[in-house]
Amino acid sequence: MSRILQDRDERRPETHPLTFRLNDDGTPVMLEAYREQQGYASVERAFRDLTSKTLIEELKTANLRGRGGGGFSAGLKWSLTMQGEGIPRGYIVCNADEMEPGTFKDRLLLEQQPHLLIEGMILAGFANNAYQGYIFMRGEYVDAARTVQRALDEARAAGWLGRDVAGSGWDFDIALHTGAGRYICGEETALINSLEGKRANPRAKPPFPGQSGAWGKPTVVNNVETLCNVPSIVLHGADWYQGLSQGKSGDGGTKLYGVSGKVKRPGLWELPMGTPATELMERAGGMREGHTLKTWLPGGGSTGFLLPEHLELALDFDTIGNAGSRLGTGLIAVVADDQSVVSLTRNLEEFFARESCGWCTPCRDGLPWSVKLLQALEAGEGERGDIDLLESLAVDLGPGRTFCAHAPGAAMPLASAIHYFREEFERGVTRGQGVAHADPIPVGSV
Amino acid sequence: MTQTSTSTATPIATDAFVLHDEDRAAIAHERDHYPHPQAASIEALKIVQRRHGWVPDAAIDAIARELGVSPASVEGVATFYSLIFRQPVGRHVILLCDSSSCFLTDYEALRDAFFEHLGIGFGQTTPDGRFTLLPVCCLGACDRGPALMIGDDTHGPVAPEEIPTLLEAYA
Repeated sequence: MSRILQDRDERRPETHPLTFRLNDDGTPVMLEAYREQQGYASVERAFRDLTSKTLIEELKTANLRGRGGGGFSAGLKWSLTMQGEGIPRGYIVCNADEMEPGTFKDRLLLEQQPHLLIEGMILAGFANNAYQGYIFMRGEYVDAARTVQRALDEARAAGWLGRDVAGSGWDFDIALHTGAGRYICGEETALINSLEGKRANPRAKPPFPGQSGAWGKPTVVNNVETLCNVPSIVLHGADWYQGLSQGKSGDGGTKLYGVSGKVKRPGLWELPMGTPATELMERAGGMREGHTLKTWLPGGGSTGFLLPEHLELALDFDTIGNAGSRLGTGLIAVVADDQSVVSLTRNLEEFFARESCGWCTPCRDGLPWSVKLLQALEAGEGERGDIDLLESLAVDLGPGRTFCAHAPGAAMPLASAIHYFREEFERGVTRGQGVAHADPIPVGSV
Repeated sequence: MTQTSTSTATPIATDAFVLHDEDRAAIAHERDHYPHPQAASIEALKIVQRRHGWVPDAAIDAIARELGVSPASVEGVATFYSLIFRQPVGRHVILLCDSSSCFLTDYEALRDAFFEHLGIGFGQTTPDGRFTLLPVCCLGACDRGPALMIGDDTHGPVAPEEIPTLLEAYA
């Protein structure tokens, strides 16, 4: 069970739209309690006052950016969904395949507040003219699956799902789909393939899912936390939502931030977008006794390392992007001074190598190669040229050379680790240049 | 990952696999959620695995027939996903999170302690058929690292010396 480390007194409806209803003891908020606390009020408002167009405009103005790590404007994404005369109604797919290393926020929402997600998905269905929603949840989230299934049954029995939703004359239902492992399922087109019962290889884009997604129909894929932000925007408006992060960030709203690693109180907090990491570190009680901070990952294994001096930066998409990393999921992982950056980078690249779907060559071959080089450096058996080779691999695994963002994600911690901690890598070089660095076979010699 | 099974469990005869009636009903229920029956492939594999512990070859054919898709398609899915087992596993599967946040909270010491305590490595099953040990992607329990799952239960943080007591609950 994930924990929110803020008391009920701090979590108020006007400032903590994602978590104000959560029980302090971590038990799930089911339908009755949810309804008593503004639950499904946004759906009533949407049916009464909004159209697909005006809802999407509100979302765009709110500047809700994708919480799965991409940071793409949710309103803009929805505005690109094909709908209209002659176009079939499609799907809303919630990406609940949380597997990004260091990320444990969606688990909280799924286990403790399933109706907020269902409410967000109904609004997404209404705005995107979808007839069916799927919650694609990783197979290991067993408790979350039980709770979400119970909530879906409750919502259907109460008329929030199914035929003629809440007397609106509009039909929409949601099914729970549980996965069977593999990180790549979190990539939105791989997720669609997996939903269709295929191997989770990514698809070439275009067409984008909004044009042709699941079973060839317009499909919107959004992260759990993104969808959970929509009800409060619809209920209270874009201006209120923007006000939550006023003076801190141009990205609207609040964020479920978190800290893991050797801190005193690892956990989750809902805070305004743009909250600096210094505040997270304070709330986490700082590093454990005997440890000082060496470096940190701002939002998962596919984000670049940053230094202690970067802790004061606003944790939002543009600021962290400008610092050379990515906000990603916004859950930071801290590395202590006595922990090896080379070993951690090896661990990260092992993860990405294992989780590559093998569809395209740079990823399938490049990632295991980087692991071999890192293992050698970690063991103090690196060769002269290994570090340069790793740097060139990081370029070759970068954006634009692969079907999806898996390999570019793996390249980020690799390139930044060498950039900031080159001397640690150099300590692993003990040998001359070997066969791995020999000149390539001259052209025409075969 | 090489799966060197040392389990004493005998593989089920593979020439005739009959889906249990309850499983057929469960697969039909899942199939109704989708516009195409192929989408129920993963759920069908999980349903069969829940009963048998793993997915023998003949079950692939049975599922393919049930869903009206090719055996190659079902096999392709079965071999892609890490939580579908194509070899016998122990009564309890231990999934040990090996991702970065657990790595930063001393996962490697816990892993080595598991290797020593169980006398097996990753992808192996204890000779008594009790435990299979596998690494797993970030379990989303980073605030409790190092974390692991045994069956449906998530545990963390787990210290190496706590392993014997932890495993007692899983006979």
